[in-house]
Amino acid sequence: MSALLELSHVSKRFGGLAAVEDLSFAVREGEILGLIGPNGAGKSTVFNLVNGVYAPDRGSIVFAGGEIGGKLPYEVARLGLARAHQIVQPLAGMSVLDNCTVGACFGRENLSLAEGREAVREVAELIGLSGRLDELASQLTTAGKKRLELARALSARPRLLLLDEVLAGLNPTEIGRMIEVIRKIREQGVTILIIEHVMRAIMSLSDRIVVLNSGKKLAEGAPAEVADNPEVIAAYLGDPGHAGH
Amino acid sequence: MIWRRPFPWLIALATALFVLLPLWRGSVQLRESLLLAAVYITLASNLNLMIGYAGYVNFGNIVFFGLGGYFCVYLVNDWNWNLVLSALAAGIIVSALAFLFGLGILRLRGAFFALATIGVNEAIKQFVTNFEPWGGATGIYLSLEAYAPLGGPRQALWIVYFMLVAVMALSLVASYAIKNSKLGLGLLAIGENEDAAAILGVPTPRYKAIVYSVSAFLPAVAGGLYFFKSGIIEPGGAFDLTLSIEAIVMVMLGGHGTIMGPALGALLYEEMRGTLLTIPTFSHFQLVIAGLLLLVIVLFAPGGLMGFIHRHWPASRKFFE
Repeated sequence: MSALLELSHVSKRFGGLAAVEDLSFAVREGEILGLIGPNGAGKSTVFNLVNGVYAPDRGSIVFAGGEIGGKLPYEVARLGLARAHQIVQPLAGMSVLDNCTVGACFGRENLSLAEGREAVREVAELIGLSGRLDELASQLTTAGKKRLELARALSARPRLLLLDEVLAGLNPTEIGRMIEVIRKIREQGVTILIIEHVMRAIMSLSDRIVVLNSGKKLAEGAPAEVADNPEVIAAYLGDPGHAGH
Repeated sequence: MIWRRPFPWLIALATALFVLLPLWRGSVQLRESLLLAAVYITLASNLNLMIGYAGYVNFGNIVFFGLGGYFCVYLVNDWNWNLVLSALAAGIIVSALAFLFGLGILRLRGAFFALATIGVNEAIKQFVTNFEPWGGATGIYLSLEAYAPLGGPRQALWIVYFMLVAVMALSLVASYAIKNSKLGLGLLAIGENEDAAAILGVPTPRYKAIVYSVSAFLPAVAGGLYFFKSGIIEPGGAFDLTLSIEAIVMVMLGGHGTIMGPALGALLYEEMRGTLLTIPTFSHFQLVIAGLLLLVIVLFAPGGLMGFIHRHWPASRKFFE
């Protein structure tokens, strides 16, 4: 499998703080890659660098064969990169349908309004939002808003989906359903880069895992390998029993 | 398909009433007050594209109206162009200028953008005041000959009135068409949350510059027609910040972001202003009332009249957009 996204020697500093330092890793076409690490390890900064919220100070970010480091968020979105946020950002005054249609119309396929609405209906079916398309985004529950975040990103028919803690704040039942949804998305051929704190979920979802600590890559490998890596246990898991939590 | 929705019918009905009522009554006074209403509806509807759709409060919106007036009157008076051509040219020039300005000042957000738009209006007012080809502080006076091609002053006033009604109708059509387009969807997304919109792929700088430019076109044409009709244009009257603020009151009163709201607000405001002017005690009271009105709306009914209707009769959303 070839790399869809490749970061090479990427660095980003905020004042004196190195948020990401000389980081290199690749996301292969079709895989689910988990990005884990303790708080402040630089996971969200990596997402912000990839989808254009920040420009890297050094290094290159190549997506689908082209350099995207320093491109703006809407330019990156057009190339087929979509993101679901940790802190949901619904367009509150707009309907669920319109929220997702924005994603569809301004995403990779540059759909017309009518085509976009059609694409959204398919996605809503998959995500389980079909019955709520006419509701205002602000009226959804927390779990509903998380789904909307995901549906909106997916409506863009992206090649790569960035999922930033989409399970946070959900109860165990909702987590189970969300994991099913994420698996279905992958089956449709979407490559996924996911940040997650719910350990059991990310261990079972991911094909491979990259561990960050203080902005650097600490380890990379299959979930089982990473979980057994003593450095990772020391830096991140601390108490090995935590991994099963 | 589109004719199943009530809005196109309402535009047609309103336009027909504007055309027929003063003709039927043969009343110049009625025509004059409807002319003002048509100008207000044009200003409010186009301002709504900025405030209601994109979420950017353009405090200096009147600069389009004034500048359009100047270009048009100048072309008619000094270049002997015909009125329609002059008004259209004024609209295109002002629209192009707005696009360039927009790329610059639309980097600002919230209060800073609002301040910058006031700055643009004041700067252009000062420039025009010192610009001798446009008559400097005294402005441009049209000679009576300027009305000759339209069959003399009396007939010209009627013709200009019908043109302004057409501009008003076009403004409403534009509001409707943009809201039901991809551009409109992108603008509404920007209005809700600009950062989220950009991450979803909306090309925010371009869309904002486009709407700023589009919202300048018809007000500039209207300004051209209006000041041609007045026969005189001078900086104080052309770049009057008061009218800018009144336009904001109209948008908020009717309901920003809706298609019909700003037009409704403009009509109500014109009615209120007309009534106050006829009562001697209140003849200079309209701005006080406008200010109070704005305060009350923002505090108690931020959605304006349309927002109020939508909240109490949710089914009305589908019909009264």
